[in-house]
This record gives sequence, C-alpha cells and structure tokens, in this order.
Amino acid sequence: MSAYTDKIKKIAGRLLQECRVDMIIGFRKGSLPMMNEPCFIKNPADVDKLVWDSNCGINLANYVTDRKEKIGIIAKGCDSRNLVTHIIENKIKREQLYIIGIPCQGMIDRRKIAAQFQQEIETVGEQGDKITIAGGGASQTLTKADVIQENCAVCIHRNPVIYDELAAELVEEQKDVDRYAEVRQVEAMTPAQKWQFFEELLAPCVRCYACRNACPLCFCPTCFVDESRPQWVGKTLDPIDTRTFHFLRAYHCAGRCTDCGACQRACPVNINMRAFTKKLEKDAFELYGWEAGLSLDVRPPLDTFKPNDPEDFIK
Amino acid sequence: MKVLKIDKKDWAGGIQKAHKAYRLYGPVQVKDKGFSEFQALGPDAMPDMTATDTRLSPKSIAFPPQEVMMVFTTDENSELCNQMQVPQKDYAPRAIIGIRPYDAAAFLLVKKNFDTPEYRDPYWCDAYEACTFIGLAVNTPSALDFSTSTKSGPFDENGLDVLLVDTGNHYLAKILTDKGAAFAKSAAWETEAGAAGEKQIAELKASAEKQIRATVAFDNIQRQSIMSLYEADFWEEVAFACINCGTCTYVCPTCWCFDIQDETHAKCGKRMKTWDSCMYPLFTIHTTGHNPRGTKVQRVRQRFMHKLKYFLDKYEDGIMCVGCGRCIRSCPVNIDIRKVCDIMNSYSAGADTCALKK
Repeated sequence: MSAYTDKIKKIAGRLLQECRVDMIIGFRKGSLPMMNEPCFIKNPADVDKLVWDSNCGINLANYVTDRKEKIGIIAKGCDSRNLVTHIIENKIKREQLYIIGIPCQGMIDRRKIAAQFQQEIETVGEQGDKITIAGGGASQTLTKADVIQENCAVCIHRNPVIYDELAAELVEEQKDVDRYAEVRQVEAMTPAQKWQFFEELLAPCVRCYACRNACPLCFCPTCFVDESRPQWVGKTLDPIDTRTFHFLRAYHCAGRCTDCGACQRACPVNINMRAFTKKLEKDAFELYGWEAGLSLDVRPPLDTFKPNDPEDFIK
Repeated sequence: MKVLKIDKKDWAGGIQKAHKAYRLYGPVQVKDKGFSEFQALGPDAMPDMTATDTRLSPKSIAFPPQEVMMVFTTDENSELCNQMQVPQKDYAPRAIIGIRPYDAAAFLLVKKNFDTPEYRDPYWCDAYEACTFIGLAVNTPSALDFSTSTKSGPFDENGLDVLLVDTGNHYLAKILTDKGAAFAKSAAWETEAGAAGEKQIAELKASAEKQIRATVAFDNIQRQSIMSLYEADFWEEVAFACINCGTCTYVCPTCWCFDIQDETHAKCGKRMKTWDSCMYPLFTIHTTGHNPRGTKVQRVRQRFMHKLKYFLDKYEDGIMCVGCGRCIRSCPVNIDIRKVCDIMNSYSAGADTCALKK
C-alpha cells in the first residue's frame, strides 16, 4: 500500500505545482486505528499528509458536490462510478476534475475486526493480504479477505471506470462472485417473514440520517424528510415514519446506487440498509441490464423514456 | 461515607431485591450488534457489568429520543377540546446500575441547561430526580478516554449516589449520598469493607488514572475572545471531512438539543419532544426560509464553539464534554474532538498577520 501512497503524493504534488488543480481531495492518516480522514490539500508542501491503505472506505465523490474549483480527486472503483453519476446529474463538470484512479483491493470493515479481537485495538498493520492487529499486549493476524466490507467482497468494479492517471497497475476484477445471494434470501421469504425481517432490520434506527449524509447520491437541496413547509414525514421514532424514510431513500437511489457501502459504514447502530439498495441494484440490472456509473454517455434508465416502451401504463 | 463489600455471588440476589423498590436500568448486550446499550431491565434481567462502554450514552433515561409532552383533542364533543393535557408520567424511583462516572458527570452538565433559576424542564428534571446513580468505576480506561482532562475521571464521584469498584471477586460500594444508602439497603448490601476497602479503591483509582493517555487542554481557549476563535481560519479544514450526519450529537452524553413536533391523527394529537442536532440544516432554518447556519462549516463551528467555548464562558465551570470518547469512536470520517480542541487551544489570533508585518 505504501507504493500507492508514494505515487499519490507524487501525482498530487505535480498537479498542484503545475497549477493543474486548485486542490487535491484525498485521505490523511486518522487519529484511530482503521480510520482515515477525508481532507483537501492546496499547498504542494502538504502532499506528504496524503495516505492510502485499506481504511479509505469513505466515498470521496461526496466531497465534490457543487464545488467550483478545479479538483484533483483520488478515486477507487466505486468513487469513480459515483463521479460519473455526479457528472451526468450535473453536480460537477468533467473538466473540473483530474481523477487519480486507484485500483482498489477492498476496504476493511473495522467493526468486523473489532468484534474478533477481545482487547482494545491499538494498532492495525497490513502486509499484502494479511492484517495484523495488536492491543493490550496481544496480537492477531487475519486474512484481509475475511474482514473486508460486505460490499467490497462482492464488488466487480474495483478498477476506476474513468481516470486521468492511475496510481498503480490495474487489478484483476473479481469473477464468479454471487452479488445477490442475500437479496434472493429475502425474495424467497413469505410476506410475513419479509415484514418481520424489515421490522427487525430497522428497529435500532435512531433517525440520525447518517446513511443519507454519507451517501454520495443524497445531494437534494432539501431532503424529503427535512421538508418543513409543509412537513412530509414525522420526526419521531414511529415505525411508519422510519420505514417511510428508508424505503423512499432506497427508491430514490434506484439505478444510481453503486453499492459503495458508505451508508452501512456510517450507521452508528450497524443497520445494513444495503438490504434495500442491493435489491434495487439487482432490479435495475435484471430489468434494464443497467449498472450505475459505468458510462458518461448513457442516461440512467429512470431518467429516460423510449416511445417503444413495452409497458402500457406509461403510454 | 462508608464502603461496603459485595461478594459477586450475592450480586444477582441484591439486584433482584432492588428490583422490588426501583425500576432498574443497565447496560445490555444488543443481540448480533457487538455493542451494549442502556435499557430498562426486565424482572429477571441483569445489567452487563463487563460492558466496556455503551454505543449511545445513558442520557436517554432522562432525555428519551422521543417523549410525549402533551396530548390534545380537537373533538368538540369532548370537554377537553382544544386543551393541552400532560399525560400520566411514571416518575417512580429508578436506578441506573453500572453508569460510568463520566456519564454521570454529563447529567450534571445537562442539568445546567434544563434546571436553571429561570426555567425548569419538568420532563427532564422529574426523571432525573427519580434516578439513583449506581456508578461503576473504570478500572481500564479506553485509549479514547480523556475524562481526567474534563471535570470527571475514571473514579470520579460527581453525580453518583454509589460508586461501585470491581475488585475481581467483589464489588466495593462507596456510598456517597442518602439516595445511595437507600439503594444499598434495598439491595441488602450490608457488609462493611472498612479502611481496607477505602485503601483498595484509592489504589485502583491511582492505577486507572495513570492509564489514561488522552488529554485535552482548554486554558488558552478560555483566554481567547469568542470573535477571534469564531473568525479563525481553521474551520474550513476542521469541517471539510464532516458529512453533517449528527452521529456525534446522538452518541454524546452532554448534547441536549431537541425539537418539538405536533403529531396528529384524526382529531387527536400529541406534542412530542425529539432529539435534534446542530449538525442539521433544519435545526436553524427560519420560517422565512433564511438559514443563519446554512453551511456545513458554520454548523461544525457551532458544535465545537458551543462545547468548548460558549459553555466554558457562560458557566465558568469547564467545557461541555466529559471525555468519554464516543464521538471520536462513532464518527464515520474520523473528526476527533481532541484534535479540534487542540487546534482551538493553540490558535493565536493575528499571528499570521504579525509574521507578515515583520
């Protein structure tokens, strides 16, 4: 991973020095193990702060929304797909971006690791496909594949889909992954079982909306749950309001979600809201052969209409 | 006050007895989640005294995420038509078992806001006064615990009625108030530990405080003017990573902001108090549509200025933070209040200008 970091610093330094960009958006080392902090760098002297490792799970596309500067941005596969979505949804212009592509090898799930270690984790190191955690006088070595985020484990777009320059050689994409095993499990349930499944899934929700705010797709100037004149959705923990929020948000992401995992990663009470978005991703794929954020030249299926649409209701 | 010794073999029996006189709350492992929360304990449930920390703080015991303040009807056939009624509330004695000293200290900070000479929030105050705080000292502070830098600490007694100390096979219970003595009586804790008990507590306390590695300082924040910190040039950088998710305010034991909402159904309605957060644009938007804190940077600045400057100046009794470290652990983008406090404390207004003039 240090090779990635070195290359990123080099590219970032060059871009700033040559005034190709006004700022670089990337990650700096966090104050906790397994955490890095999104940051911007404007001065070439500060590029040494930039880091890259398996703790860069935050989707940086979130940080370019409506910005006016010329930006150099570090983008792994999912970030690049969200940049594509941002560009086709007019949240940033392609010309404003210099995309430093990062072939990604999966991001580690800090909660999964914390759950496997009895002591408080003090340091986490990675060497190839091994993760070594230490703390409280004990240490343990884990295989990275066992502790990466669930969305990374089923990702088939690890390489950036658009970039101006790469920080490393492209990696081999994962093949033969079963992307929708969990969705099929839910689909196979009876209505009563589904009801119970979703009720339990959402029971811990505290309505903080961290999932929405972490999501690079959620850039509406005023979210429907924040509409106050008139108010659309109740503010309490009433289960109907909580479901309304999650269902509507998920549908709003249909055909746009890249399964970057930002929502699940941000949730303070560990709700897997990907149970919703994954189903809609599957539907978009099966109904329209569509995967979000792969091309700048094709409009997403839910914002296009063709006169020969086979459905009667729309004619 | 005296120190009692409780054999762990008798612990469950004592809690069972206390159940008869109190509604008990304590940390409970949340199924399949890998974290604990404070919950009301059922008749047979025991508090999980091994839980290192709870995900959310126990502030919800006096400040629930949502609470009915009043009910009303617009039904003209009812004699209560168009009258606000306070619903029946249960303020029977409750006890929070295993609350950590920093969380108890947080109740005292929140009290400054809800119980003032001018105003008294009856919902929070009545619930608070119904509580007996049975604290559990922190023998092994986490790496994020900086409670000794605030007005708390791993063995701090402020805000507690009893301080329990885990010594392996026993708990030592230091009785701090009459409320604490009444709880000990209801749990039939009687065996006195004497001077040896006090000595053991002092030793464990010294060892715990020595283990704390994280610190913050705010002496210089106190000396700075509000406007110089407010207008400082570091806020854009501090706020950049923030996604305004509000998680920090939800997990914080000292954040007390709330919203009031009327929920109506047909002709009946409830006036609700719900948690709110300064991280949300909706928090400050005016009916005109104008928002005085319309940007992320303004909101992030507000959170830290309130905790580390406005509160400090207003009460002259420390910062609005007890050093539990929850916001640091829960922040999805690693915004660290210790770092921000350090940036604010080491800031010196006009330093750059002076350097330029030279």
